[in-house]
Amino acid sequence: MYDIENYYNAGTIAEAVELLKEHPDARIISGGSDVLIKIREGKFAGTSLVCIRDIREIKGIERMESGDIYIGAGTVFSHITNDPVIQRWIPVLGEAVDQVGGPQVRNIGTVGGNICNGAVSADSVPTLFSLNAMLRLSDGKGGRTVPIRQFYLGPGRVDLQPGEILTHIVIPEREYMGYYGHYIKYSMRNAMDIATLSCSVVSKTDVSQGILEDIRITFGVAAPVPFRCEKTEAALKGMPVGEELYDTIEKMVREEIHPRDSWRASREFRLQIGGEIARRALIRTIELAGGDPS
Amino acid sequence: MVGKSVPRVDAYDKVTGRAKFTDDLIPDKCLTAKVYHAKIGNGIVKSIDTTEAEALDGVVKVVTFKDVPDHCYPTPGHPWSVELAHQDIADRNLLTGRVRYYGDDIAAVVAEDEVTASRALKLIKVEYEEYPVEIHPRKSMYGSRPPIHFDKKDNVLARSNYFIGNVEEGLKQSDTVVKRSYKTPIVQHCHIENPISYAYMEKGRIVVVTSTQIPHIVRRVIGQALGIPWGKIRVIKPYIGGGFGNKQDVLYEPLNAFLTTQVGGRPVKLDVSREETFCNTRTRHSIEYDLTAGVDQEGHLLAKDMMAYSNQGAYASHGHAIAANGLTAWRLQYACPNIRGEAYTVYTNTPVGGAMRAYGIPQAAFAIECFMDDIAAEIHMDPLEFRRRNLIEGYYEDAYLKPIAANTNGIFECLKKGADYIHWDEKRKEYANQTGFIRRGVGMSLFCYKTGVWPISLEIAGARLVLNQDGSMQLQLGATEIGQGADTVFSQMAAETLHMDVEDIHIQSFQDTDVTPFDTGAYASRQSFVTGTAVRQCAELMYQKILDYARTLLPNEKRTLSLDHGYIYAEKEPVISLEEVALESYYSLTNSSAITAEVSTQVKKNTIATGCCFAEVEVDIKLGKIRILNIINVHDSGKLINPQLAEMQVHGGMSMGMGYGLSEQLLLDEKTGRPLNGTLLDYKLMTALDTPDLKADFVELEDPMGPYGNKALGEPPAIPCAPAIRNAVLHATGVAFSEIPLTPQRLIEGFQKAGLL
Repeated sequence: MYDIENYYNAGTIAEAVELLKEHPDARIISGGSDVLIKIREGKFAGTSLVCIRDIREIKGIERMESGDIYIGAGTVFSHITNDPVIQRWIPVLGEAVDQVGGPQVRNIGTVGGNICNGAVSADSVPTLFSLNAMLRLSDGKGGRTVPIRQFYLGPGRVDLQPGEILTHIVIPEREYMGYYGHYIKYSMRNAMDIATLSCSVVSKTDVSQGILEDIRITFGVAAPVPFRCEKTEAALKGMPVGEELYDTIEKMVREEIHPRDSWRASREFRLQIGGEIARRALIRTIELAGGDPS
Repeated sequence: MVGKSVPRVDAYDKVTGRAKFTDDLIPDKCLTAKVYHAKIGNGIVKSIDTTEAEALDGVVKVVTFKDVPDHCYPTPGHPWSVELAHQDIADRNLLTGRVRYYGDDIAAVVAEDEVTASRALKLIKVEYEEYPVEIHPRKSMYGSRPPIHFDKKDNVLARSNYFIGNVEEGLKQSDTVVKRSYKTPIVQHCHIENPISYAYMEKGRIVVVTSTQIPHIVRRVIGQALGIPWGKIRVIKPYIGGGFGNKQDVLYEPLNAFLTTQVGGRPVKLDVSREETFCNTRTRHSIEYDLTAGVDQEGHLLAKDMMAYSNQGAYASHGHAIAANGLTAWRLQYACPNIRGEAYTVYTNTPVGGAMRAYGIPQAAFAIECFMDDIAAEIHMDPLEFRRRNLIEGYYEDAYLKPIAANTNGIFECLKKGADYIHWDEKRKEYANQTGFIRRGVGMSLFCYKTGVWPISLEIAGARLVLNQDGSMQLQLGATEIGQGADTVFSQMAAETLHMDVEDIHIQSFQDTDVTPFDTGAYASRQSFVTGTAVRQCAELMYQKILDYARTLLPNEKRTLSLDHGYIYAEKEPVISLEEVALESYYSLTNSSAITAEVSTQVKKNTIATGCCFAEVEVDIKLGKIRILNIINVHDSGKLINPQLAEMQVHGGMSMGMGYGLSEQLLLDEKTGRPLNGTLLDYKLMTALDTPDLKADFVELEDPMGPYGNKALGEPPAIPCAPAIRNAVLHATGVAFSEIPLTPQRLIEGFQKAGLL
């Protein structure tokens, strides 16, 4: 039995915005895989809810004529994984969200909820950072578009204004065309777990010359918000593919990320793992590009 | 029927959802109770204000520690002892103002629904006086002010020891002396169904329906806790979703029984959450061991010494019985002329240790079997060979507790099967000198395990058979089905002795203490052995009664009668059907007397089961991950009653053992003793994707003590996996870990310390 005060169901984006303005204390719920847990824990006990699960406009994935990919915020993880556009153009995202919890939660949890929940361990987010995704927010008027990197304010806090809802995630064509990505979720077990540390590497390799042209490295759980390793990225660009490159990413990542000590894992431990998963993810992206990683 | 893999008698009902569990039976308009838990780890309640909670609409009753009986009662699921000296320690009240661990039970709310009860809890105001918290037994045992329980000034619940031979002399004669320390974690049973009960009053008596392994013991403890005659209580046990020993303790049933008396006998449900299950029910004790042993040049053990420190937590529960059981195991199975053992069980400010599958032996076996590998490494001997040199072949008996003995002993056959499966000799060589960051290894461990609790405690079981008009029978037992398949094997046993089909034995699965024969319940791997003995005797009695009655219907028949699958035979000729006999027994106008048979049997036997685990692992050193490539348990549990169920039992135990070795531990905050990871997200129970293919094998020696040649199998599968995995990691990496679980954190630290990273 959940302690819920009121429940309002929105059928359209406009209705959702209207309901949120009418009930400023209400929280947005879609799949409920984060919100219901917090209600049960007592943190959100007695809350009111505006449900956006039935809004069709924010479901599904489309590649526009421009080549930009629009992902509805209400699209559940399993639909992202199985979507032909994702599988063809950005398979790394489908693979990443396929590592969320278990099959049941992947059938109800949405990518928009994963972002707006603000958790640093969210499985979709490091890859969206590495793809330089843009977020479309609606407020019933013009709305706004923000880069995902600016959306994260702190642990569990995102830049979602009262009366606003996230409607789409946009991946511009220039950010994925020619790039290959690999996401490693490091967790204590192989299912039903959250990341102890996670890393998404998206890279572009000149296979004929054996040169790493471009790279974006994003960590989850290595800082208060999902964290791009900009210094490491800058240092790696243009390096020849090979052991020196891998040793460099491993070493530099350990210097750049800021994981913390907690009972879940020590800082020292996360640094060891961080360097290693960045190295392995990079090697995999080079393999995916058709390069010879050695 | 015995020895066949007949389908579980409850399979269809459980798979289709028709089987009723406690929560499926909650009556209409049942009230909900919730417990107010302390927010400190040690101290006293200075004041408690429940006025706001009581004023909340929908709250029926609030009770605090001031309202409950002030005498203490014991909780463990042991048979009661009529001798004062052997009675369980009574150190609990239904609610308490003396907080002994974080989460201790201070008050309870009864409300019309769950949300109201939760809201009322938040309105209760408590002020505490806090005392320092101590969660480590080796510190707590030097005493605290005040002590955790006033009658144990040094916080030592109990200490026991024994000597065989002269350990000091034995060590002097040894060529090599090895000393090591080991530690096991607090873990939780994680049965799928949390403890749940509901209680109501009927005709001046209290009825409690509960998810328990031990309904007759629950009845007794409720009587003790409330200070009322035991006959005033009736306990009903429906199907249960696992227990693993947590429900071999009396948990919230007494409080629930008390609460219904406070609301005029209305039904009250007390449904324990998962978080409460972790914090407020029972756990497996964490035990620390210091071991010393001396060996000669041929690798024979000459002397060995064990010191054990068991963390009891805040209340006695099963108490010292756990550490003492491990101490007993230390002197069994391996030949050694000089043995010393000493164990302390110490109160601390942590969640309470109780019974959990294999009762102290997973802890002891971890220490002993790691130690055997570490000694073998010290003297450069193959660890399997080292064990073979020291294991006793054939019969052996305990030095102190008669008649505990290995009446049959299949350990050498078990080891052969395990070693062959894992390709021990080849792989020990192949993986001997690896370099690189991915390495493989093979390891093994073994154990022995008693069957039931005699002579440490009483063994008694009852059984009743009722012949129906159609020749089928009801089988009624006080022993409980808790998922292990007891109902199925008891049905097979009765069918075997009565020469009937299993389908014609209708076992009554729900225990009701008003109706079911007395039996202490499911624990100690006892039921197929002890209750099985009662079933066999009852079936033999029923068999004889049927033939006796049949003879009254066949006045001229002089030949020997027998019963076989629905017919009475005179020698080899069928003379009358069982159905005709049964009908006559009910409706004969001249001598009707419905046929029932009932026995209550004390079993004064105990026999030792044994087995081993062999594991092959791959260690990813840079990521601190262990992958199990192959794993096998081989068990000598005597004759198998149902081979398929036996295999399932082994798989389940292996899963528990692997989790123990790799990932499970209840972590506590040092300052408060509060569980840090008491949820199924943060407590890393293995999932299907973490579980390798499991192999189970058996050595079936017919044990002369078992009613059907059988002995313990329920708990043993959980014992040997953890040390086998640890020893495989030792083989792979050369790093001898002394503490489980082998989490990535622990592995990385160990590899860094060893210079592998």
